[in-house]
This record gives sequence, C-alpha cells and structure tokens, in this order.
Amino acid sequence: MLGKLSWDALPLYSWVAFSGAAMEVLAAVAVVAIITYLRAWRYLWTEWLTSVDHKRIGIMYTVLALVMLLRGFADAIMMRTQQAVAYDSQGYLPPDHFDQVFSAHGTIMIFFMAMPFLTGLINFVVPQQIGARDVAFPFLNSVSLWLTASGAGLVLASLVIGKFSTAGWTAYPPYSGIEYSPDVGVDYWLWAVILSGVGTTLTGINFLVTILKRRAPGMTLMRMPLFTWTALVVSLLIVFAFPAVTVAGGLLGLDRYLGMHFFTNDGGGNMMNYINLIWIWGHPEVYILILPAFGIFSEIVSTFSRKRLFGYASLVYATAAIGLLSFTVWLHHFFTMGSSANVNAFFGIMTMIIAVPTGVKVFDWLFTMYRGRIEMSVPMLWTIGFIVTFVIGGMSGVLLAIPPVDYLMHNSTFLVAHFHNMLIPGALFGYFAGYMYWFPKAFGFKLDDTWGRRAFWLWISGFYLAFMPLYVLGFMGMSRRMEHYDMPGWQPWLIVAALGAFLIAAGIACMIIQLYVSVKNREALADTTGDPWGGRTLEWATASPPAPYNFARIPVVHDRDELIWRKEHGEGADKDDIATPIELPENTGHGVIIGIVGGILGFAMIWHIWWLAVVSLVAILATIVMRSFQDEGERDLTDSDVSALEKRGSGPLVGY
Amino acid sequence: MTAEAQTPPVEAPEIPEIPEIPEIPEIDVMGERDFGFWLYLMSDAIIFSLLFATYVVMIPGTDGGPTAQDVFDLPRAFAETVLLLTSSFTFGMASVAVLSGNKTHVVLWLAVTAVLGLGFIGLELSEFTSMIAAGAGPDRSGFLSAFFALVGTHGLHVTAGLVWILVTIIQLSRKELTPLMRSRIYRLGLFWHFLDIVWIGIFSVVYLPGVMGEAF
Repeated sequence: MLGKLSWDALPLYSWVAFSGAAMEVLAAVAVVAIITYLRAWRYLWTEWLTSVDHKRIGIMYTVLALVMLLRGFADAIMMRTQQAVAYDSQGYLPPDHFDQVFSAHGTIMIFFMAMPFLTGLINFVVPQQIGARDVAFPFLNSVSLWLTASGAGLVLASLVIGKFSTAGWTAYPPYSGIEYSPDVGVDYWLWAVILSGVGTTLTGINFLVTILKRRAPGMTLMRMPLFTWTALVVSLLIVFAFPAVTVAGGLLGLDRYLGMHFFTNDGGGNMMNYINLIWIWGHPEVYILILPAFGIFSEIVSTFSRKRLFGYASLVYATAAIGLLSFTVWLHHFFTMGSSANVNAFFGIMTMIIAVPTGVKVFDWLFTMYRGRIEMSVPMLWTIGFIVTFVIGGMSGVLLAIPPVDYLMHNSTFLVAHFHNMLIPGALFGYFAGYMYWFPKAFGFKLDDTWGRRAFWLWISGFYLAFMPLYVLGFMGMSRRMEHYDMPGWQPWLIVAALGAFLIAAGIACMIIQLYVSVKNREALADTTGDPWGGRTLEWATASPPAPYNFARIPVVHDRDELIWRKEHGEGADKDDIATPIELPENTGHGVIIGIVGGILGFAMIWHIWWLAVVSLVAILATIVMRSFQDEGERDLTDSDVSALEKRGSGPLVGY
Repeated sequence: MTAEAQTPPVEAPEIPEIPEIPEIPEIDVMGERDFGFWLYLMSDAIIFSLLFATYVVMIPGTDGGPTAQDVFDLPRAFAETVLLLTSSFTFGMASVAVLSGNKTHVVLWLAVTAVLGLGFIGLELSEFTSMIAAGAGPDRSGFLSAFFALVGTHGLHVTAGLVWILVTIIQLSRKELTPLMRSRIYRLGLFWHFLDIVWIGIFSVVYLPGVMGEAF
C-alpha cells in the first residue's frame, strides 16, 4: 500500500539531520500558523497562488528562490564547518550525511535557487520592458511555476522523509545506479529535476513567443533593452538544452526502475554517455544562469552611469555568440574521460574562445561607466563587485580550459573555487542587484540603502575569504567533497574558508534585516513616481506597483532608451500610444493543482507507491483534458475599471 | 562623346519620407500558439535526436545477447511504416476537410487516422511482447535498452496523439469548427506529421541497417 515507505524513513540516523528536519517542519508549521492567524488563506489563494499575472508569478518565483537560498546556504555552512574541524577526526557529520549535504547544496542552488530567481526576474521585468500587457501563455506560466515549486518541495521533503541523493548534483552513474544507490536518494534527485525541468522548458517556450511576438509597436529587435535580449537568448538555450537533462534523467530512471543497462557497469552499459548527455545540458545551463545577470548588470550600469549603454550592438552579438558557443564546450567538464588529444584540444580551444565575447562585455560595461556620472547605489555596488571578481574567476577558467592543466586540477577544490567564482558574482550578485533594483517597481518602495550596503560588503568579503583558500587548497592537492582528511597543512586554509562562510551568513542576515526595516519604513522609502532611479527603459514608465495590465495604452517605441526619449521630448511624447481594449486572463487553480499532483506523482514514484502514481498521472491528464473543453476565461476591463486602477498611482503596496 | 553623356543627368527621384506607421497592436492568439507549438516540437526533436545518438552509441553493447539481426523483423516494421505513413495522409485529408469547413468529413478522417494509428500501436506492442518473450527485453543489454527507449518513446508519443485525436473528435461532436478548434486541429496535425518524420528516422536508422547487419 505504501511501497517502500515506513517509519524507518524518519531521519534518525544523525542528530544533525534530525534537527535539520525538525527545523524545517517547525518553519513550515510556523508559516501555516501565521497565515491562519492573519486569516490570509483566501487572499493568498485568490490573489496569488491562482494568479496568472506575470508580475505575481515573477514575485512568487523570487520568493521560492530566496527560501531555497536559505536552505542551500545552510548546507554550505555545514560543509565549511565540517571541513574546518575534520582534520584527523570525523567532524560532526557522518560521511553518508555529508554526501547528502553536498548533493543537496548543488541541486538546490542550481535548480531551485538560481533557476527560479532568474525566471522570476525575467517574468516580472520582460513583459514590462517590451511594452506588453502579459506573457503569451499566462496559464502555462502558472503551470511552470508550480511544477518548479513541487520539485523544490520534493527536495525539502527528502530531509524529513527518507534521504537525499549522495551522488552529487549531477548524479554520475554507475554510482547513482540502483546497484550502488539502492535507497530513495537518487530518486528524489531524479524527480525533483525532471519536474522542474519540464516547468523550465515551458517557461523557455513562453518567453520566446512573448519576446518575439508581443513587443510594442516600434520596438525592433535592436531596440530591445539588453535584459530582454539576454532573456531571449536564455529562452532559446532552455528550449534546446533542457531536453538533454530530461533524457539523461529519464534513462537513468529506466536503469533504476526497470533494470535497463544504459549506464551500468555490466550488461553493455556505457556510463560516459550519461556524462556526455548531462553536460550537453549542463554547460548551456551555466550560461542560462549567467546571461540574465549580464542583462541586469547592463541595465544597472547604464542607469546609474546616466549614460547610454556603450557598445549596445556588441553586447547583443556577444550574448548571441556566448549562447551559440555554449553548445560547443561540454566536454571540458571531463577532459579526463580520455578522448584523443585532438578532441580535447578542440574543446579546450572552444572554451577559451568563450572568454572573448565575455571580455567584450566587460569592456562595454567599463566604457559605459567611463566619463559617466556614476551613482554608487547598492545595485551599482553589486555590479562593480561582480566585474572585478568575475574577471578573476574567468582567468582561472581559461587556465582550466587547458587540457593538461585540467588533468592536474580535475575534481580538486581549485575547480570548486573556479565555478563558485563564476556563479556567485556572475549569477547571484546579478540577481541580488536585480532584486534590489526592481524591488520598488514590484512593491512601491525602495529597499533600505544602509543595510543593502552592509549586505554587499559582507557578501563580497565573505566570498573572497571563503573561496580564495580553495584555489590554494586545489594546488595543494585537496579533492573536492572530502568528509575528513589527514593533511595538517590544509586545516588553516579551511578554517579561513569557514570564516568566509560566516561572513556570508552575516550578509544574508543583513538582507533579511533590510527587508524587515524597509517594510517598516515603507512610507519614507516610498516610490511615488514609478521611476525611482531615473530609469531608461519602459518598465519605469508604469506605476509602482504596475496595474494588472501594465500599460493602459500600448506604448509606441521610438528609441532604445524609450523612457529617456520620452523624458527628453517632454509633454506629448506619448501621443502615439495606442488605446486598445484591455483583456485580462482569469485566475485559475488548475496550475496549482497540476503542480501539486505532479509533486505527489514524484513522491509516489520515489517510494514505489504505484497505485498513487497511476492515480496522480490520470488526475493530471484529466485536468489538462477538462481544461481543453472550456474556452479560455477572460475578463474584459471596462473604462471605469481602468480609470480606477490608473488613479491608484504609485506608492507602498498599492493594490496589495 | 557618347549619346548617354549628352543627355542631362537624371535627377535621383526624391524618396518621400515614409512616416513610421506602427503596426496594429492586435495580438494574433492562434498564431502565437502555433509558434509556441513549433518551439515545443523543436525541443521534442532534440529529445529524439539524443535518443537516436544514444541508440547508435549502444549498438555494440549487446553483452553477448541478441543483436539487431537476431531480433528485428523487417516485414512487421514495414507494415508499421505503411500504417503510419497512410495515417499521415488521412490526417492530411482531415486538414483539407477543415479548410472546406465540412465537420463530418473532419471527424471521419480523424477517425480513420486513429484506426491506422491504433493498428500501428498494436503491431508495435506485439513486436515488443514477442521480443520480451524471446528473452530480448530491455533489461537484457544496453543495446536493447536503447532500442526500447527510442522506439517506445515514439510509441508513447503516438499514444498521446491518439488520445488527443479522441478528445478532438469528442469536442467536435459538441462544437462547431470554430477558429479555436481549427487551430487546435492544425497543431494536432503538426504533432502527427512530426511523429511520422521521427518514424522515418527510426526505420532508416534502426530497422534497415539493423537487418542488414551494418554497423555505423
């Protein structure tokens, strides 16, 4: 009846795991209690969970990302403290638990922190930047969100019920096969990744159609804001790359569930095929994470330098070139597979070539700042911190791209330092910058400046302290993912790295305080104009927070920096804008239902509860078929609705 | 001096400045859905191409078990091909009926398509069951795993297409050929023809070289 599920699934194998699980359960109970106490369930359901408004979906994605950031960081600090104390001792984490921690950390940070974060920002910003009222497929957007959320839910559930994978975030076979990992851990990983992967693919399709078909009149491709350009290239990468992770995961699942021999040691399996498949997705994925951040930095650098973006066309072409090249480098993740020297040389050279368009971008940002009137706002701090730090990481990457060097550094902490050096400044700092930059647009008030600065300085100094030692340790021969070690020379460096992690923890605390302080002082921080920073692009032409339809009249675009054009042309700059009837898609609970039942399907498959899996699969199909029998629900807004919403204006939490 | 040189230079006609006319911001909902569906097919095509690549890589992985020559039955694969290709033709007839607005014919041709598709699935299932009975199931070797995954994924797609055809027929019994229904049938057609193309790939990459014993 319950498959493999029994009381043994509770995390009683280590006190750390048990207290982690207890904390997670308590946090969930607390959230439910607070919502119940505030009597907010109905509001939450009708206004948010069932919403198909791209702005609300974007905000929910971002909330998911921030929650998962906390969980992923908790894993990080556990690893750093374990390695700081585990010289010649077992530390406080048993090996099996330590392996779960590093696997969960990577999986969460990539799939359930970074992906929702960038998807959230794209969702919130892009339709406004292109002068659209919504995305092309609002309902599909809701399905994407809830599939991602249920994948995240499975990872969280694995802490309380059963175990998570111990096979790293890429789940390499044959270790991740049924022979060596017979418990449910890898299955949790598998279903979380597949569910969120389907959601992400749908998002990619949605934004390709939205950006290519829904731009305001006059917005040619070369007038699109750079963030929209990066969103376009990223959507294309998603549509092309995510099928590979679906295939890799699906075949691994067939091995595990049906005893097939794709990646097994025996039976004619070929495990290197898995490694190829996962990195055919995995390397484009890196650029899926990083390109939107590049877009955010481009917007911020030109806004706060009070200058047109330098080399716009070169930034566009560099983005497209990176997108294309990202499919030609996957083998550099496993030079040690033993391909011929020529194959390795090809992939090494392609990898180095990617540094060229990236370098072009760095120079474009620098030249945008050159002779600009730079305002050192918090988003700008993240941007400058990114440029400096990212260049260091990029150089260590070019070093690793040389196959003979990679043979020495492969799987060492040098590699760990390198990719954190790319993804923390290159992706995460960008998302933070975007979060602080567009926050007033979402809620009508700015985030507190002082706490933002504190968060930035703690994050960046914590980053250097935590990861520079790992470069050194890599040269000293330390492998990644070590639960304990007996080299006395390593320990001082690992203690420094742990201190860095604590500084980052303080940075995260500052961000939480920043949110609290800002909500408290929202009247003083109010954005009453809709354009708090002196923005250049169309998203700052709407109210803060924007009306559900964003634009009462569809803007006609004259220039790349359309809002600057309008400011310069003064009164009557909006005379061309076109009034069209406003239709809004109606909220629907089908997206939430598909997401939750998808999560149940995953859970049932993980625990081999076959009847439940069949029931939930049928329920999902029935929901889709039933929906196809209804004609889309749409609500036409009357003129009085619109003028009431337009009178609302900008300000803290208007309309919430 | 040539004659041309004596003629007065022709003044370049003044190009009148074309005022920038904004496109009418009317949203083509069906066009967007069609475009989105093409994008979905593109990502699905990548799934199939990776399964094809995996199959080709795993051809040698027979683990001493049956090889392609031992298990493939070309007459049956040929019959499957004929059924599926014919079903693509009959779907084309349904599309023609959509254009002429004849709902009865649409339903009729969709039903014929579904019957042919069912025949295809039936043959495929009999192939799979006889292979498994003969000890050549997907858990026998990497080669067979790859075969079942590739051909089975295609079969699952065809099954999904059959369900979709069924749903469409039921919807047509309740609704007229509205623009929404027409555009849905158009996308269903894209899906069905796409599966046909994939099958041609399977026939020429899996079955033909398989029975001829030619390795890639």
